[in-house]
Amino acid sequence: MECVFGLVGKGFALVVADTSAVHSILVHKSNEDKVMILDSHKLMGASGEPGDRVQFTEYIQKNVALYQFRNGIPLTTAAAANFTRGELATALRKNPYSVNILLAGYDKETGPSLYYIDYIASLHKVDKAAFGYGSYFSLAMMDRHYHRDMTVEEAIELVDKCIIEIRTRLVVAPPNFVIKIVDEKGAREYAWRESIKDAPLSAV
Amino acid sequence: MSIFEYNGSALVAMVGKNCFAIASDRRLGVQLQTVATDFQRIFKIHDKLFIGLSGLATDAQTLYQRLVFRHKLYQLREERDMKPETFASLVSAILYEKRFGPYFCQPVIAGLGDEDKPFICTMDSIGAKELAKDFVVAGTASESLYGACEAMFKPDMEPEELFETISQALLSSVDRDCLSGWGGHVYVVTPTEVTERILKGRMD
Repeated sequence: MECVFGLVGKGFALVVADTSAVHSILVHKSNEDKVMILDSHKLMGASGEPGDRVQFTEYIQKNVALYQFRNGIPLTTAAAANFTRGELATALRKNPYSVNILLAGYDKETGPSLYYIDYIASLHKVDKAAFGYGSYFSLAMMDRHYHRDMTVEEAIELVDKCIIEIRTRLVVAPPNFVIKIVDEKGAREYAWRESIKDAPLSAV
Repeated sequence: MSIFEYNGSALVAMVGKNCFAIASDRRLGVQLQTVATDFQRIFKIHDKLFIGLSGLATDAQTLYQRLVFRHKLYQLREERDMKPETFASLVSAILYEKRFGPYFCQPVIAGLGDEDKPFICTMDSIGAKELAKDFVVAGTASESLYGACEAMFKPDMEPEELFETISQALLSSVDRDCLSGWGGHVYVVTPTEVTERILKGRMD
């Protein structure tokens, strides 16, 4: 089951997602990136139906870029979150997307922020959040160890605790995770946590 | 589980002497899991008119955005704020528009009308208005709230006593409902000022 979780620290926000692409009992690949970099200072971790996930996040990414081209300035994280919620809400009673989203961003004026957006378009600004079966474990871990203004090192320690808990206690635990960070310097990949590496392609 | 009970909510509004109070719980949940403990359910339309929206959070947010839009248009055309009675009729009409595909929300409207006379009403998800002279309730804890309010309410309370009464009614009712709670948010509105207070109750 797909696990996505995120938290806000001192001057940064983290989004962590598992990297398994699963179809029924088959694991297609174990290095699928589910945390999209929306623009220079925004991350969107998504979980849900694979087709909807990729299509919807790409749609949001392109619209965020379009706004910047048209207006010359980037959207704030709050604006991007509300736009995303609006798209999900409009589609909800016609052709709903089954995608849960954690949108993390850094704005110069307001600092780091994290938005929880449900697949039925409930929006809420949070300090820590999680989706999927993994949320039962990661939220509990974060409730215990999270505090405001954590440093990057403390936050990564907490993320590792959550990943260990998911791997230990979830019956179909995903083996690999990707951690992405967004701070003043921008949005980027921070690290991978792999316990299974895909076999490299070999020439015939 | 009913769609009205998906996120969990508790709302109550009471009439006092030339004032009113409106209160809500602060939990945002996804069925059994709590996502946030600082969710806003009561919104200000103008200084003397507040609306609380219980039920499905996504519909509460969509409905609130539509109502703010309609009220701002009204302000531009009429060059004044909407009266609470008028606003209640507007909400009722907007809800009935979606009669065969409704918003899963139950609004609680509270305001000061002509000559600062307090006005409260609630309606069901398709806009059936229920005016009351004393108190109105909505949400997953509504049955407990009816009992608590009936026992604790008395007419013509001053703002301070009204605040105490509505707070006790809210906290004791949400303690009997697992889907609402995590504190309270109370607004007490008189002709001259608006007082907003956060309550700390059983945090579970």
